[in-house]
Amino acid sequence: MIDIQRLVKKFDDFTALGPLGFTFDQERILTVIGPSGCGKSTLLRLLSGLEAPTQGRIRLDGETISGPNPLISVAFQEPRLMPWLTVAQNVELAVWDRPDAERKEAVQAALVKVSLTQFADALPKQLSGGMAQRVGLARALVGSPRLLLLDEPFSALDPLTRVRMQDHLLEIVGDDGPNVLLITHDIDEAIVLSDRIIVLDGPPAQIRRDLVVDLPKPRKRSSREFQEIKELLLADLLPERIGALEEAA
Amino acid sequence: MSELILKLVRPLAAPAWPYALAHRAAAIVRPLIFPALILAVWQGLGSFSLIDPVLLPTPTKVLGALYEMVISGYLNPHLAISFQRVLLGFAAGSAVAIVIGALTGYSTWWRSIIDPTIHAIRTIPGLAWIPMFILWLGIDEGSKVVLIAKASFFPTYLNFMSGIARADRKLIEVGQVYRLRGVRLITKVLLPHSLPFLFVGLRQSMGVAWLVVVAAELMGASSGIGYVLLDGEMTGRAQIVMACMIVFALCGKTTDLIIARIAQRVLSWQDTVEKE
Repeated sequence: MIDIQRLVKKFDDFTALGPLGFTFDQERILTVIGPSGCGKSTLLRLLSGLEAPTQGRIRLDGETISGPNPLISVAFQEPRLMPWLTVAQNVELAVWDRPDAERKEAVQAALVKVSLTQFADALPKQLSGGMAQRVGLARALVGSPRLLLLDEPFSALDPLTRVRMQDHLLEIVGDDGPNVLLITHDIDEAIVLSDRIIVLDGPPAQIRRDLVVDLPKPRKRSSREFQEIKELLLADLLPERIGALEEAA
Repeated sequence: MSELILKLVRPLAAPAWPYALAHRAAAIVRPLIFPALILAVWQGLGSFSLIDPVLLPTPTKVLGALYEMVISGYLNPHLAISFQRVLLGFAAGSAVAIVIGALTGYSTWWRSIIDPTIHAIRTIPGLAWIPMFILWLGIDEGSKVVLIAKASFFPTYLNFMSGIARADRKLIEVGQVYRLRGVRLITKVLLPHSLPFLFVGLRQSMGVAWLVVVAAELMGASSGIGYVLLDGEMTGRAQIVMACMIVFALCGKTTDLIIARIAQRVLSWQDTVEKE
């Protein structure tokens, strides 16, 4: 269980986040959505241990998170691969502290998950954007994390590749994968993937809506339920739009 | 309409390869035109006795002098000792630069302690050190090598330090997320990231080392290309001086090419098109 309690993050006098608290456990994919600059990336940086909270705490299965943790991994908006390492070496970076045999096996398994075994010895400069992003995903998965943080991981991809990666993520997470906390500003992506959606307001980031999405997966984007959730979220994210819609009607 | 365009285009497109060949030949020849012109004028000035050949020996005379020095074996020991000085000085200077540069690049605390002093020392003219080095280390090899080492320290230090200091925050974060710290973060992320900067520094240092070896050998040496050059001056043989200038140019270019080739090999992961 991930338990976030009265979390606050200040940069000097500027409060970027909080106080904010929620727990999550059952949901495979929890999406945090909000306008840009609202503090959602700060939340992710706190969870990943890259930033320390000013107040409050984050606990994973009862243990307080202080700094980077092997049970929590991150895939960023950009692939962030080391250009001087091969695909396999980049993935290996996340499990450098494991014994040799175990490490090789884990890397192989992670590359299988993202269907990139043939490219194990390729350099990042030889990969397409989607492939590079999959390597980033493999690196985040290789250590069998308990919690996988995704920071707008598909936002830089072309629309078709993005849809393919979303399907791929659902496959990877499956029933026994890590819990995923996904940060996005793509409403469709949030609804397609999530078991629960938290809408943030800010700064400072605060919870505006906490919504459980229990539609069966895979989800049809054209379904009425999908569209209803979309309208709801749009209204949250663009409150000024409601007035305009009412006027038009 | 499209057929018409095809017909119009085909006769132009067909003889593409001789055109491309001519284009390539021109690309090779073009940069040679100007130096060839200079050489021709230079040779002409001498041949028609428009300039005193004692002041400006003709290219053929210079090449003749060079050929003679090489064939007679006179040049070899001097070349060897100059190379030895340059390589020793370069190796020592850049090795110290790499160690200190890694330290000041990685740690802002160490940078604030050491870096300002290094910049202050850098502003002292190189030649001003010569008397002190001779006083401390004598007129022999020691002072020459140290002078070269000191000069080749700075370019490598400056480039390597800024390469490490300016490492991509995003990649460092990846390292942090996967718990890389200290030496491991340096060797896995910072060092490879700063290698391109390091090689720029090494090439500049090698260039500087060849510049300084001349100064070092002019200050009372009995061997080295710089000595041969000085000897040419003392005995009024300008063709020897100019032949030595050519030797220096060739030596500098050769060592630079070697470093550039190594860099190309080591940095093949870079996603850039770098052309000489």
